[in-house]
Amino acid sequence: MAETIISFRGIAKAFGNNQVYESLNLDVHRGETLTIIGGSGVGKSVCLKLLIGLLQPDAGSITAFGDDISTLNEKGLLHLRSRIAMLFQGAALFDSMTVEENIKYPLIEHAWGTPAQMDKRVAEVLEMVDMPGIQKLKPAELSGGMKKRVGLARSIAIEPEVILYDEPTTGLDPVNVRRINGLILSLQERLGVTSIVVTHDMDTVFTITDRLAMVYMKRIAFVGTPDEARKHELRYLREFIKGGKGTLSEDL
Amino acid sequence: MFNLSAHHKEFFAAIGEITYLTRAAIRELFKGPFEWKLINHQIVLGGIDSWSITILAAGFTGMVLSLQFAIGLEPFGASMYTPKVVCLGIVRELGPVLTALLVGGRVGSGYTAEIGSMNVTEQVDAIKALGADPVRKLVMPRVLAMTIALPLLTIVADIVGCFGGGIITMVEVGVTGRFVWEQTIETLEIVDLLHGLSKSVFFGYLIGIIGCWNGLKTYGGTEGVGIATTRTVVYLSIAILVSDFALTRIFLAIYG
Repeated sequence: MAETIISFRGIAKAFGNNQVYESLNLDVHRGETLTIIGGSGVGKSVCLKLLIGLLQPDAGSITAFGDDISTLNEKGLLHLRSRIAMLFQGAALFDSMTVEENIKYPLIEHAWGTPAQMDKRVAEVLEMVDMPGIQKLKPAELSGGMKKRVGLARSIAIEPEVILYDEPTTGLDPVNVRRINGLILSLQERLGVTSIVVTHDMDTVFTITDRLAMVYMKRIAFVGTPDEARKHELRYLREFIKGGKGTLSEDL
Repeated sequence: MFNLSAHHKEFFAAIGEITYLTRAAIRELFKGPFEWKLINHQIVLGGIDSWSITILAAGFTGMVLSLQFAIGLEPFGASMYTPKVVCLGIVRELGPVLTALLVGGRVGSGYTAEIGSMNVTEQVDAIKALGADPVRKLVMPRVLAMTIALPLLTIVADIVGCFGGGIITMVEVGVTGRFVWEQTIETLEIVDLLHGLSKSVFFGYLIGIIGCWNGLKTYGGTEGVGIATTRTVVYLSIAILVSDFALTRIFLAIYG
């Protein structure tokens, strides 16, 4: 069995009166693509933000590469963020900067190399996401799919070991969905990264997933392969995968 | 027992958050390397680009003040004192306060709109995820830039306001430019300038910190950005007017 590099143990998280997680437990193995699925607003993205330290859990612990992230100081958190990168839902490119400046941003913050090395790296990652030569464009000049790819280029620039994808294909046309899925797969093969993908697009799930986890009833209700999911006793999961109508009451 | 209403709790929470943000910004200011490029950029955007509105407001305020005093003091035979009253009013009070209100409306709301938009599009989270600190990249440069730029703009406002007032005094009272100049120089002391500039340093800090704080608190998409921006203008106006009274009281005790 592959080495576990990230684990969530007994995580509870609430926003005001909205309890998102009561007891979240999840392990992520090195080199796998784990997909987190679940209905809208159940807190799938919260999971990713907790992992990268953008949110703090109310209870429980998250271990990444052997360290409890709640105990990390500023330097430790910086190091963690050089190993775990995140692609945000809307790509979150900085509007005031060019594509080149956006991609250089993490390189500068992590003192990655000389300016010449950084220029070379920018060209390299843009090549990887099939968008060479667009260094001088501003995000406003890019389409939704292009923004996602530049966001991905920015995420992989510092050579992370884990990439978190927050709804990478939401709002894209089928061609761009396939393109992004292809990129996730090729990055996995070429760079050997571990990927955690939050999505509710089942095509994406079945194209890229090694294991999938379902958020349901404020916890992870299922973790397993897509084949195991199809046969699982939890009706909501089966219906979710098929795209049918599942209700909470049917499972209670 | 002492019972706080929701509004009071919100007010004290806001004071706490602003204090915390100020402390974080000061810590980032003294943590190397110094962010020259970002600070310089904000001084140009928020400070230098506000010169036209400053000149317009100060010039007309000086002129209208002169007009009122020249005519208002005439029945008492005191029109000759118009340059003295106008320059004191501009330098000690109207220069700093009007500049802060106008620049605050322009720059403070701009800070909230910019940072608020970044917040709702996850760009603030992206700054953290990419290994940087939003207080260092967004808040500290803006607060420092306004704390430096507003006193400089106030000096411009003082000069233009006194000049505009002088011109109108010459026309309405019929005195020479030399007379106005001598009256102004005779009246103004360094203490008056310090009085006004000390306030504008604080107002500059208020514009930067309230604009950024409201931006970082923004949620709820574009509607949220609109609400936050309006809130900044209201909070800033109240903060400037109330603190002006308090600071005037303090500086009168210090400078006399």
